[in-house]
Amino acid sequence: MTAILDGSAGALAALGRPVLAVLAAVGRVAIFAATALGHLLRPPFYLREFGQAVLQIGWFSLPVVGLTAIFTGGALALQIYAGGSRFDAQAVVPQIVAIGMARELGPVLGGLMVAARVASSIAAEIGTMKVTEQIDALVTLSTNPFKYLVVPRLLAATLTVPVLVATGDAIGIMGGWLVGITRLDFNSATYLENTVQFLQAWDIGSGLVKGAVFGFLVALMGCYHGMTSGRGAQGVGAATKGAVVAASVLILAANYVLTELFFQA
Amino acid sequence: MIALTDVTKAFGENRVLQGVNLSIARGESMVIIGGSGTGKSVLLKCVLGLVTPDSGQITLEGEDVSRAERDAFLARFGMLFQGAALFDSLRVWENVAFRLLRGRLKRPREAAREIAIEKLRRVGLGPQVADLYPAELSGGMQKRVGLARAIAAEPEVIFFDEPTTGLDPIMSGVINDLIREIVTEMGATAMTITHDMTSVRAIADRVAMLHGGLVRWTGTVQEMDATPDPYVQQFIHGRAEGPIPSVR
Ligand SMILES: Nc1ncnc2c1ncn2[C@@H]1O[C@H](COP(=O)(O)OP(=O)(O)OP(=O)(O)O)[C@@H](O)[C@H]1O
Ligand SMILES: [Mg+2]
Repeated sequence: MTAILDGSAGALAALGRPVLAVLAAVGRVAIFAATALGHLLRPPFYLREFGQAVLQIGWFSLPVVGLTAIFTGGALALQIYAGGSRFDAQAVVPQIVAIGMARELGPVLGGLMVAARVASSIAAEIGTMKVTEQIDALVTLSTNPFKYLVVPRLLAATLTVPVLVATGDAIGIMGGWLVGITRLDFNSATYLENTVQFLQAWDIGSGLVKGAVFGFLVALMGCYHGMTSGRGAQGVGAATKGAVVAASVLILAANYVLTELFFQA
Repeated sequence: MIALTDVTKAFGENRVLQGVNLSIARGESMVIIGGSGTGKSVLLKCVLGLVTPDSGQITLEGEDVSRAERDAFLARFGMLFQGAALFDSLRVWENVAFRLLRGRLKRPREAAREIAIEKLRRVGLGPQVADLYPAELSGGMQKRVGLARAIAAEPEVIFFDEPTTGLDPIMSGVINDLIREIVTEMGATAMTITHDMTSVRAIADRVAMLHGGLVRWTGTVQEMDATPDPYVQQFIHGRAEGPIPSVR
């Protein structure tokens, strides 16, 4: 009896340990996020750093997000045409491409591309600053690292990723249209008209809200992993990897939760 | 002005500081010597609050530093890090003028730049380096930029972590003179870590030797030469044989 109890206690402990570790990590991230948000509301604000972050996170991500969107929109059109033709519904291509891009693929793929590009670079940059004592130097120069490094990046990502998503939506829909009128025999004017008439404001709006959440998560993971980076090049490498993986998984999980919230049947 | 009482700090099993007692008077130039890895850099970081001691007390003018208002406290300090710790996303002059470009000491960029160029000149760097990025400089040049940044806002207390390592003998002389000048002319209080005995003689009012997690010995430069303490003697003469093991 005691042997069985011991065994099950051991199993429980084995199960409990990783759960506790995850909970502890969630707690640390939550405290980190709360600290950052607290600093967001209190001056000083570093406008120059914010401007640079907007450029780095928003502007320089445009090509990647645009390319991702155009190929995705094109492939989506082909798939929907092929699938739709099984029950004679090829005509829905414009509508489904539009709704698929605006509600799901625009924000999710855009978010993932930004995660790959931005979470990694933020984590590597801040991690290197930590390892080379630049964060300590900031403190001795009376500058709060949260205000100077974290807040500008969080704010920039939260504000610019929705813009990236909107651009991605438009380019993705254009990709579908290009394929529609060249490879499938759609009439250009009808295709566009169908798209415009079908899309509702919330189809696009929900995607933009998702984009803001994903942007926040990407910058949060980049900053958190950078600021908690271990020592040496190895520590920075691990921080970078951790930031990209965590940001990507969080984006997909948050996407499901938001979709439930916004569109539950 | 600064007093450390029974300060201890351990990193896991590694008990780096084991009860350090040290006091530095206002306007004094204190030099800390001691073997590599004995915790000299950690000691400076404890005073600045970058590392939290496990126990013990550190006071600045009688006030406990852990309870002081951080911004006001740090505004009185300048620090040169062992690895220079320059911000590699900023140009050299923006590094030097960092404090002058934001916060209470904020002033127009042109004025800040002029001050930065003047401070660079004092550490032996010409105006042509002002617009470069730290990664474009040699190690010794980076160190001197770090020094210029530490003194740019004319702080009351300045910590120098190995200011002359990586510099040629002439440049070392320039830097030693500069540190001495800052203490005597500006009345600053300085705490310098160095392994360079020429530097010790040039800048120290008093010397403290850290060994085994404790301040093993303190005294003036004259007392340092005269002391029979075998640790100090081995250190200042750089002998491999003596009470300090050469593998550690
Ligand atoms: N953040 C840290 N985490 C873990 N250990 C540390 C940390 N900082 C310093 N140490 C350890 O503390 C000890 C003292 O380090 P410190 O940098 O103070 O040495 P030092 O006296 O300045 O040596 P050197 O003359 O070589 O610069 C070393 O054993 C180092 O490994
Ligand atoms: Mg050191």
